[in-house]
Amino acid sequence: MSVPTDGDEVPVLEVRGLVKHYSSGSRLTRDRRVVRAVDGIDLTIGRGEIVGLVGESGSGKSTVGKCVTRLTTPTAGTIRLLGRDITHLSRARMRPLRSQVHVVFQDPFSSLNPRMTVEQIVSEPLKQHGVGSRRDRESTVGEMLEKTGLARELRSRYPHELSGGQRQRVALARALVLRPALVVADEPVSALDVSVQASILNVILDLQADLGFSCLFITHELSVVEFISDRIAVMYLGKIMEETTRERLFREPQHPYTQALLSAAPSADPAAVRAQERIILSGDIPSPAAELPGCPFHTRCPVAVERCRTERPALTAKADPEHRTACHLVTADGAPDLQALARA
Amino acid sequence: MSTIAAAPAAATTSAVLEVDRLHVEFSTEGGCVMAVKDVSFTLGRGEILALVGESGCGKSTVAMSIPRLLGDTRARIEGSIRLDGVDLATLSERQMRHVRGKDISVVFQEPMTSLNPAYTIGRQIVEVIRQHEKVKRSAAMRRAVELLALVGIPDARRRLSAFPHELSGGMRQRVMIAIAVACDPKVIIADEPTTALDVTIQAGVLDIFRRLRDTLGTAIVLITHDLGVVAEVADSVAVMYAGRVVEQCSTGEIFARPAHPYTRGLLGALPSRALMRGGRRRLADIAGVVPPPTVDPDECQFAPRCPRATAACVAARPPLAPFVPGHRVACIHAGGEETA
Repeated sequence: MSVPTDGDEVPVLEVRGLVKHYSSGSRLTRDRRVVRAVDGIDLTIGRGEIVGLVGESGSGKSTVGKCVTRLTTPTAGTIRLLGRDITHLSRARMRPLRSQVHVVFQDPFSSLNPRMTVEQIVSEPLKQHGVGSRRDRESTVGEMLEKTGLARELRSRYPHELSGGQRQRVALARALVLRPALVVADEPVSALDVSVQASILNVILDLQADLGFSCLFITHELSVVEFISDRIAVMYLGKIMEETTRERLFREPQHPYTQALLSAAPSADPAAVRAQERIILSGDIPSPAAELPGCPFHTRCPVAVERCRTERPALTAKADPEHRTACHLVTADGAPDLQALARA
Repeated sequence: MSTIAAAPAAATTSAVLEVDRLHVEFSTEGGCVMAVKDVSFTLGRGEILALVGESGCGKSTVAMSIPRLLGDTRARIEGSIRLDGVDLATLSERQMRHVRGKDISVVFQEPMTSLNPAYTIGRQIVEVIRQHEKVKRSAAMRRAVELLALVGIPDARRRLSAFPHELSGGMRQRVMIAIAVACDPKVIIADEPTTALDVTIQAGVLDIFRRLRDTLGTAIVLITHDLGVVAEVADSVAVMYAGRVVEQCSTGEIFARPAHPYTRGLLGALPSRALMRGGRRRLADIAGVVPPPTVDPDECQFAPRCPRATAACVAARPPLAPFVPGHRVACIHAGGEETA
């Protein structure tokens, strides 16, 4: 269903060398600093593919989402949507393309207009793009609500009358009503209880199978990303550390950071918890405003060597072209095993 | 414990904290909200008990009512909370102030808002120590350095003069834990202590709780919605739904033999469970919504959402009764085949 781009097919999204810097600090004291939110990433999403972008807070994953939807203008790099360079398009030139890319945000309480009914919210994109007559729009909205599992009688309700799960379904219906090629979902289930989260994740997978859109799924939760994604990219301090298929990432993580992240994630399986040795990282994530030479992870990496402190590793495939890692210590012969190190 | 069911377990009275038939009501404009109904549990020395449930199930209200942090005017509290056999309801507010921070301390979810932004963290730790113990300022300072080192804050001596805004979220939460353990409390109430933290930082904080239990014998009530966290650190679990405990047993037991349909639903909804089952990627969700806390009919409150509900479920409320030894469930259909 989801083969990453072959040579002859144009990928839905192609990001090359994306950089987004924000400036922070005080204007008065001239203490200006550059926050390197995204610091040079490549990412390709094929047709019908769900790519998970996982990382801790401050890793820059949401900024990537904002750049590819052009809610902000990147500092450098190129973004191609369906083969077309959208990196520096003006708002007006971008507008017709907005039917191809939609966003679902984390907080369904603030991302829906409280003064619009469900019907108005879902038909708004159709109206903006001048799609169909009023009657056509009505039936499209009805169909979309049905697909997202919302009862017909909810059409005339306002967001405050809905539960968190229902609101997120409305947000999904709105995002998909124009049948976009790409949906960027930024932590769409993180604010929900586990039972509601389960039903939303099911709906997303059903809709994807039904409508065939591609998806950039941004989250900090490993179990969610493992459930939903075909391919996963792990971000840390504005860079992608490792990128591969879902199976490979969870079966044989190569980057020391990925290994630590997987080991730190609590597992709801006491037997597995007791069996594995936990890798506990020392220290906190360095500030993205500080300029770090070398690998961004070297300050916390238990196996870092001198080279890691001076030379920034590139994201390259070592043994398998499907598995790319940004680490000096990962070679074609293998990767450092932090589990074994923790046991020793 | 007054319930007959729990008599064998309670015979060995090593319990530090006993909560018996706790009932908490708030009167609001929308009517009387029954947040906690008939909750009982005991906590032994060096035990970590997890209170689990989804938002609005009353777990934080239980946490707040133990150190009597719910104002008397807002909340009506029934039932008893005994710390080492002393009923906390009989203490005056003045006596209670000696209990809080000394015998019972609380770690809240938000480390950003529970520290005073105007004071250095050293001052805030020393304040707690000197509030409860007659020690010199310098001795309290030395103790503060030890505490910060205990919770894994590097360069502890220098950090004493840092203000909360200078620390990261994970560090602030560790400072909160340092304050909580400053006077060797018998019981720590931790209300979603790691929810606001990243997983790599969370792993470190959970490790601190485990070490406190093992080295100091601290008993911990851990409130969480994350079953992963439960599996990591808890010794026993109480699952709450709509203000009541619906299942209570050891951590191993709850994951091996969940008996209540709600517990099974929670476990089945975990994204990791879908993958274990193989085949098509799909999660089991729980249909319906939590009932409003303003009503309390004499029936199983989970019945409207339960796949196994029958007429008997709404005829009378099932009591929290023994299912197998050490495992209590409030369901007349407890156990049996796992329904898909």
